Amino acid sequence: MSLVASELTCIKRDRVLFERLSMSLEPGQLVYLRGPNGAGKTSLLRILTGLAAPDAGTVYFQGAPVSNDIAAYHKALIYLGHKPALNSTLSAMENLRFWLAQQYLTFDPKAAYQALEKLGLVGLEDIPVRLLSAGQQRRAALARLWLKPASVWLLDEPFTALDTQGIALLETLFAHHVADGGMLLTTSHQPLSKRAGPVTNMDLEYRL
Amino acid sequence: MSPLFDGVFKRDMAIAFRQKSELVQPIMFLLMVVTLFPLGVGPSPDTLQRIGPGVIWIAAILSSLMGMERLFRDDFQDGSLEQVMLSPVPLWQVVAVKVLGHWLVSFIPLLLLSPLLAVFLNLTFGMYQALIVTLILGTPLLSFVGAIAVGLTVGLQRGGLLLALLLIPVFIPLLIFATSAVDSAALQLPYQPQIAIIGAMLLLSVAASPFAIAYALRVSQN
Amino acid sequence: MWKFLHPYAKPERAYQLCQTLQPWFWSLAAVCLVTGSIWGLLFAPQDYQQGDSFRIIYIHVPSAILSMSTYVAMAVAAVVGLVWQWRTAFMAMIAMAPVGAVMTFIALVTGAAWGKPMWGAWWVWDARLTSELILLFLYMGVIALYGAFEDKQQAGKAAGVMALVGVVNVPIIHYSVEWWNTLHQGATISKFDTPSIAPEMLWPLLINLAGFAFFIAAVTVVRLRSEILRRDVHRPWVQALAEQRENRRAV
Repeated sequence: MSLVASELTCIKRDRVLFERLSMSLEPGQLVYLRGPNGAGKTSLLRILTGLAAPDAGTVYFQGAPVSNDIAAYHKALIYLGHKPALNSTLSAMENLRFWLAQQYLTFDPKAAYQALEKLGLVGLEDIPVRLLSAGQQRRAALARLWLKPASVWLLDEPFTALDTQGIALLETLFAHHVADGGMLLTTSHQPLSKRAGPVTNMDLEYRL
Repeated sequence: MSPLFDGVFKRDMAIAFRQKSELVQPIMFLLMVVTLFPLGVGPSPDTLQRIGPGVIWIAAILSSLMGMERLFRDDFQDGSLEQVMLSPVPLWQVVAVKVLGHWLVSFIPLLLLSPLLAVFLNLTFGMYQALIVTLILGTPLLSFVGAIAVGLTVGLQRGGLLLALLLIPVFIPLLIFATSAVDSAALQLPYQPQIAIIGAMLLLSVAASPFAIAYALRVSQN
Repeated sequence: MWKFLHPYAKPERAYQLCQTLQPWFWSLAAVCLVTGSIWGLLFAPQDYQQGDSFRIIYIHVPSAILSMSTYVAMAVAAVVGLVWQWRTAFMAMIAMAPVGAVMTFIALVTGAAWGKPMWGAWWVWDARLTSELILLFLYMGVIALYGAFEDKQQAGKAAGVMALVGVVNVPIIHYSVEWWNTLHQGATISKFDTPSIAPEMLWPLLINLAGFAFFIAAVTVVRLRSEILRRDVHRPWVQALAEQRENRRAV
C-alpha cells in the first residue's frame, strides 16, 4: 500500500532535472518536497501522477507499475496543480459536480455545500468562477480534497494565494488525512507549521 | 453516473451555451465570407452557381479554423485537462465526446444556415441536396482531423495561425470531393462515388483520430 | 529481428554512425551527380518532340520522386520515435524535413520552367505540380510546428504526429488532385504518359536519381550530427568530444 518511485530520470529542454531519483511514500506519511525554483518539483509530481512520462524509471503503486492499471491508480489519487482546474464561466458548484462525474463519483449537493462552507465560500457557490478572487478560486479548487475519497494526495503549492486562516484549515486537513493512513506529498515555499503533524522532508537540488 | 455524458458532454454544452459569442462569431464570419464572393466576382447568377459549392466549402473550412481552437484551449489553460487526464476514464473516449460536442455546437448552425447560402449563390435544389449531404458527412471530418492539430498546438503561445497552416493542406481532398459532388449534381450526374469517398475518409478519421488527439494532448501536457 | 538497430537509439552511437557514413554519401553523391548530369545533359539523345527542353527531367524527375520518398522516410522515422521512444528518430526526422522541402521546391521550379515550352505558361494547374505544391505545404507545416516549440523533445513528438497525419493524406491528396484535374481539364497530355523511354535516356536518369538520393542522405547526416550535438551539448560525451578536438588543435 505505498507509492514508490524507482530510478526516475527527467530531462526537460535537454537539461537533466534529476537522475536516478528514488523515493517512497508510505501510508500515514506526509512528505514535504523542498527545492529552489527550477529544481523539478513540479516535474516530479507530474511524473508521479502519470501526467508526464519519465525519461527513465518507473512509478509503482501498491507494488505494481502504475501503467499496468492507470485507472485504478487514478481512482485513488488527487492531484492539484498550479492551475485551479476550474472553468471560469461555470460556478464553483458546477465545476465540482462535473469533476466528480468525471471521477465516477456521485455528486452529493449537501456534501459539496458543506465543503464550500468550510472553505468560506457560502454565497459564492453559484456565481461564475471568474468573478472570484485568486484566493477564493484556490479554495474552490481545494474543495476536491473533501469530496473525493482518495488515499494518495499529490499537491503542488497548495498554499498559494491562501490567507492564514485558509492555511490553518488546510494543515488541519493534512493532519487528519495522514492520521487516517493517507499518503500526502506536497510542495510549498513556506514551511509547514506543527499543525500539519509529523513531516518527512525531501530536498531536490537545482542542477545545471 | 456516466462520466462521459454527465462529466464531459453536459459540461461542454453548459460552457458552450454560456459563451454564445464564441459560437456565433464563426457563423457570422462564414456568412460574411460568402457575401464577399458576389461582390468580388460579380453577381451574375451563372457565375455564382458555378463557384457556389466551392465558395460555401471554403468558407466552411475557414470558419471551422476560427472556432477550432476553442476545443481544448480553455481546458488546457485552466488545468481542467490535467484533471480529465487523471480521471479513470480513458482519454481517447473523453476527446471523442468533446469533439462530438464541438461538432454539434459549431456545425449544426452551419447546416441550418445552408439553405440561405444556397439561395445567395443561386444553387439549384439538386445541388443543394448534394451540398447538404457533403456537409453532414464532411464537417465531422473537419472536427476530428482538426482536433489533432488543436491538440498539438494548444500549448503554444500563438497557435492560431499555425493551426490554419497545418490544417488547410490536409483538408484539400475533402474540398475537392465535396465540391465535385455538388458539381456532378449540377450536371445531373450521379454523385455517390464522391459521397462514398468522403464517408470512407470520415470513418477512417473517426476510428484513428481519437487516439492521435489523446497522444497530441499528452505531448502538449508534457 | 531489428535488435541490431537498437544501439543507434543512443545519440552517441548515432553520431558515430553518421560520422562513418558521411564521406561515403558525399562521394557517391558527387560521382553519381556528375556522371548522370553530364551524360544526361550533353550526351543523351534529343527528344523527337520536345528537343532539348526535355533534358530538365534529369533534375525534375529525381527531385519530384525523392521529395515524396523523403516525406515517407520522415513518417517512418516518426513511427520509430513514437513506438520505441527513440530521441534520435525524431532528430533524424527533423533533419530530413528541410532537405525534403528543398527537393519539393526544386521539383516545383523545374516543373514550372518545363511548363513554359510545353504549355506556354509558367504555371499550369497540372495534377502532379499541384500535388507537389501541397506536399510543400505539408513540409512547411511540419517544420513550422517543430520551430514553434521551445522544448525540442516535445517539438519532435508533435512534428512526428503531424508528419504521420500528412503521410496518411499524401496518397489521398494525390488521387483527389488527379480526380480534380481530369474533371476540370478533360484529358490533358501528362508529361509522363510516354510509356517507354529509350534506354540511353533512362540510364542517366537512374544515375541522377541515385545521386540525388545520396545527396539527400549526406545532407541529412550532416544535419543530424549537428542536431545531436546541439541537443546533447551538456552531456559528458559531447564535452569529451569537444575536449578531444581542442587538444588535437593545440597539438
